[in-house]
Amino acid sequence: MDELYWDWDYTKEILPDLLDALHITINATLIGSLIALILGLVFALLRRSKYKIISKSTGFIIEFVRSTPLLVQIYFLYYVFPDYGVDMSPFMTGVIAIALHYAAYMSEVYRTGIEGIDNGQWEASIALNLSPYRTYKDVIIPQAIPPVIPALGNYIVAMFKETPQLSAITVLEMMQMAKILGSENFRYLEPFTIVGLLFLLISLVAAFCIKKVEKALPKNGIALK
Amino acid sequence: MTILDFLPNLLNGAWVTLQITVLSAILSLILSFIAGLGRISNVFLIRSIAIAYIEFFRGTSILIQLYWIYFVMPFFGITLDAYTAAVIGLGLNLGSYGAEVVRGAINSVDKGQYEAALALNFTKFDMYKRVIIPQAFVSMLPPFGNYLIELLKATSLVSLITIAELTYEGKLLIDQTMQTAEIFTLLLIIYFLIAQFFSYCIKSFERKLRAKLDRKVANG
Repeated sequence: MDELYWDWDYTKEILPDLLDALHITINATLIGSLIALILGLVFALLRRSKYKIISKSTGFIIEFVRSTPLLVQIYFLYYVFPDYGVDMSPFMTGVIAIALHYAAYMSEVYRTGIEGIDNGQWEASIALNLSPYRTYKDVIIPQAIPPVIPALGNYIVAMFKETPQLSAITVLEMMQMAKILGSENFRYLEPFTIVGLLFLLISLVAAFCIKKVEKALPKNGIALK
Repeated sequence: MTILDFLPNLLNGAWVTLQITVLSAILSLILSFIAGLGRISNVFLIRSIAIAYIEFFRGTSILIQLYWIYFVMPFFGITLDAYTAAVIGLGLNLGSYGAEVVRGAINSVDKGQYEAALALNFTKFDMYKRVIIPQAFVSMLPPFGNYLIELLKATSLVSLITIAELTYEGKLLIDQTMQTAEIFTLLLIIYFLIAQFFSYCIKSFERKLRAKLDRKVANG
């Protein structure tokens, strides 16, 4: 077995390409999480709608997205969008698929946050005659979101770890780059291992930061000024 | 072609998906307990190995792990067929998540239960087997149910290492018929139905187990 060694020259050769691809992976995660954070909140609020048809159908969509594979959802958008005249780059299509998938998960996080708000806060808003819009914007959301920030952060890390699936629709993120480099040089050991280590490193750092944030947040709701 | 023409192939794929899900679920359940208990062991070496396993598999991406097992292991002289690689890859990945569930559930068992087992002079093995784990198991079930769904969804990835499961069969059919929207919609619906079936089973199992545990406590 002459393959059984780590080739440092090869490592030096492929590292720049992999780091370039890391940019795309990170961009996908950042854009995707931005969309997911907003969309997740929208889902959570729609789910609380007083119109049964809206709350029920939002609930069904969330359940459906959560229990079907992200890969199939990515394929679905990638192959079906063009049939309806929506022309987007594979990158954007993939990012939207991931964002939709995680918005469904995040909406549940927001929901726990909102449900954790004391009833008195709702009653006080009614007593002050606040509109539903102002109740959410000024009273509920500012209290509901800080406690769930760590949970949202965990989903962003999870999302980061799902980006390799974008390689299935030819997005040139790290996994796709590793596959290309591996097949060009007939050596998969170094590219796949480096990509794995980069993922591990970033996830561990992110998890550490989330723990710090968790500690910095007050335990029971936020302190009122 | 109509939906009825697609169904036989898709159902074949769904059958493979189910097999892989069940096999890797069993593997990950075993690993969850080994690593979860190892994580709270007093022995430094065991604890370190468990932590390394958990952090490594939770920290990297499941697709990379699958590729690594399938394409890189042969470099070390270990060549696995795609099916085995899939089951091992999924089992190892979900096992690392399950380990944290086991640890969390065991930690949440009331301190008094440990003290009682100590007072009754139980061996450590008996304490875990007869007192702690049966109680912790009930609270493990809902998160395990969620991970079973995660596992089911992750099986779609093994299509990328050439296993003819549901997603793979769907893509093949699309290459033949170009009926993209219909087939992908069908795929999503089939996955959704399997997931609903799994969560129904887990919920009724949880109800039964809880009733049994309550009866035991009531009867002393």
